[in-house]
Amino acid sequence: MKLHEHQAKTVFADAGIPVPDSRLATTVDEALDAVDEIGYPAAIKAQVHVGGRGKAGGIKIATDREEAEEYAEEILGMDLKGYTVDEVLVEAGVDFVDELYVGVTMDRGEGEPVLMVSTEGGVNIEEVAEENPDAIAREHVDPAFGIHPYQARKVVYEAGVDADVALDVASILSTLYDLYEENDASEIEVNPVMITGDRDVVAADAVMNIDEDALFRQPELAEMAEESYENDLERKAGEYGFDYVRLSGNVGIIGNGAGLVMTTLDIVDYYGGSPANFLDIGGGAKAERVTQALDMVFSDDNVDAVVFNIFGGITRGDEVAKGINEALEGFDEIPKKMVVRLAGTNAEEGMEILNTDLVEVEKTLEDAVQRAVKNAEEMTQ
Amino acid sequence: MSIFVDDDTRVVVQGITGGEGKFHAGQMIEYGTNVVAGAVPGKGGQAVDGVPVYDTVDEAVEAEDADASVIFVPPAFAADAIFESLDTDLDLAVAITEGIPTQDMAKVKKRLGETDTRLLGPNCPGIITPSEAKLGILPGNIFSDGNVGLVSRSGTLTYQVVDNLTERGLGQSTAIGIGGDPIIGTSFIDALAAFEADPDTDAVVMCGEIGGEDEEQAARFIGEQMDTPVAGFIAGRTAPPGKRMGHAGAIVSGSGTGTAQSKIDALNDAGVPVGDTPEEVADHVEDFL
Repeated sequence: MKLHEHQAKTVFADAGIPVPDSRLATTVDEALDAVDEIGYPAAIKAQVHVGGRGKAGGIKIATDREEAEEYAEEILGMDLKGYTVDEVLVEAGVDFVDELYVGVTMDRGEGEPVLMVSTEGGVNIEEVAEENPDAIAREHVDPAFGIHPYQARKVVYEAGVDADVALDVASILSTLYDLYEENDASEIEVNPVMITGDRDVVAADAVMNIDEDALFRQPELAEMAEESYENDLERKAGEYGFDYVRLSGNVGIIGNGAGLVMTTLDIVDYYGGSPANFLDIGGGAKAERVTQALDMVFSDDNVDAVVFNIFGGITRGDEVAKGINEALEGFDEIPKKMVVRLAGTNAEEGMEILNTDLVEVEKTLEDAVQRAVKNAEEMTQ
Repeated sequence: MSIFVDDDTRVVVQGITGGEGKFHAGQMIEYGTNVVAGAVPGKGGQAVDGVPVYDTVDEAVEAEDADASVIFVPPAFAADAIFESLDTDLDLAVAITEGIPTQDMAKVKKRLGETDTRLLGPNCPGIITPSEAKLGILPGNIFSDGNVGLVSRSGTLTYQVVDNLTERGLGQSTAIGIGGDPIIGTSFIDALAAFEADPDTDAVVMCGEIGGEDEEQAARFIGEQMDTPVAGFIAGRTAPPGKRMGHAGAIVSGSGTGTAQSKIDALNDAGVPVGDTPEEVADHVEDFL
């Protein structure tokens, strides 16, 4: 789960990390009120979960009120790589002479958090990692002990940060690790940390991603998550408690188990179709759950046809079939053609129970997918 | 022969009084697994389906000589349950629980390195040696005895592939779910090495998915150290970067590491054929045998 920049900066500021003065605005008027208070230059920054916002035109620096109005009008409501901008952060411009990168993330391979610092801040750090890996200094932290302050100093010096600001940067990094631990973050980074002409150190951007599996013990962050859904379908999936990802195709997919659902998406693509979504209905498939899953794909305008693929392990095929029948009988008209394939425990009984007036039935995953792809093609002709 | 579990394995079920734990303990017993004890704090002295319950894993091991555990404990308490089995020096702990915070698992992983216990999972369907023992939630009825080893990060995908194999009369020696989380106990390489050493496993299926670099490392291991033929499958070719595809570990990073293509290329470079569909994986296994 990704926090917006303004949410992450609130968390940082509360922990004592210096951040620029800022206000959140949802209208041009609010943005102008904000710049009146903050002064110029002021950065107007789109609050969407998109990397490279600056390059895409989502961040502009205003030097006077006229520019501020122009940029606020431009950015509010704009489409940034598929996301509509509803909020901007209006922030005091920082007069910087140098930019650094600092971050904390989980090194999956090692199973340990790792601190990262680079003097090549302000640019895409993943490109730096690829082209010049030595430009990033790294230090692993023992998750059982937590950070020792010397580790933050060590990695900052190793990265070659100027000596007069090194201890301030190390202090920010040390605080970031504590935040990482306290908030169950999966990733936390500041890119850039700006060094001003007066040799002050300021966190000019903020990325903070939270481990979704830990939200049960992070109630405040869970609340922030509510506010950071990227579209209505994702919000709805969150309410239903589904693992859901929206893609850009037109074949809706419902299945059970992450690996098998991913495989179904891949096979749709393999047979020339284009998947509209990933939706894992999980174990069990009672009518209520099926109804919710159908609501997800039926209310997606992109979806032209649906494939429903269940491999019953402990879940029984006959129960799934009953759930599908019950859910579909609730519709006056089935909005989108659906192909069902049941396999595993009691699959044959399930196939017999399925109401073939309402759904099409196929025996194998390959056949079900090909039929759904064909159904979708027919809809677009 | 088989790997990790057989009909001598003596199992303690942690969380046996909960809904999932009770149901699946029953299924394991029905399959023929030696479920010798349950462990649930505060429930010592009770019995579930004739299985005695103890307050601690330590007591269960002491009284019933258990050497493996299966963990059906809710995410908030699961890391603690795993620590308990590690600290009791069991040979094997199988963590079924999905949704354990990653930072908890980092601490578990640290301890794991200091013990001799093998951990499977978390977020896995468990392990089965057909006709001998099943530890976890895999549906026993789709498996059959044979000489194909299977290791996978996913549950239902495993069932799909096993179904394709069983239909053709290709039985399994042992099937292992290693789990869909970013930090897990047993890696592909650990399982592959055990299959390589098992004289009764003549071919192996490895089902990977997007995220991390375990498959790439496994591919190098196969190329350098395995004689047993391996067929592969990789899920998540169509997954967009930066999105978690159900499993906490199934995510392609923004910089493009952990992609399906990188894993498929690595496997192909190691001489491992990768199926485009589960059916094609079974074709490859049939060719090996």
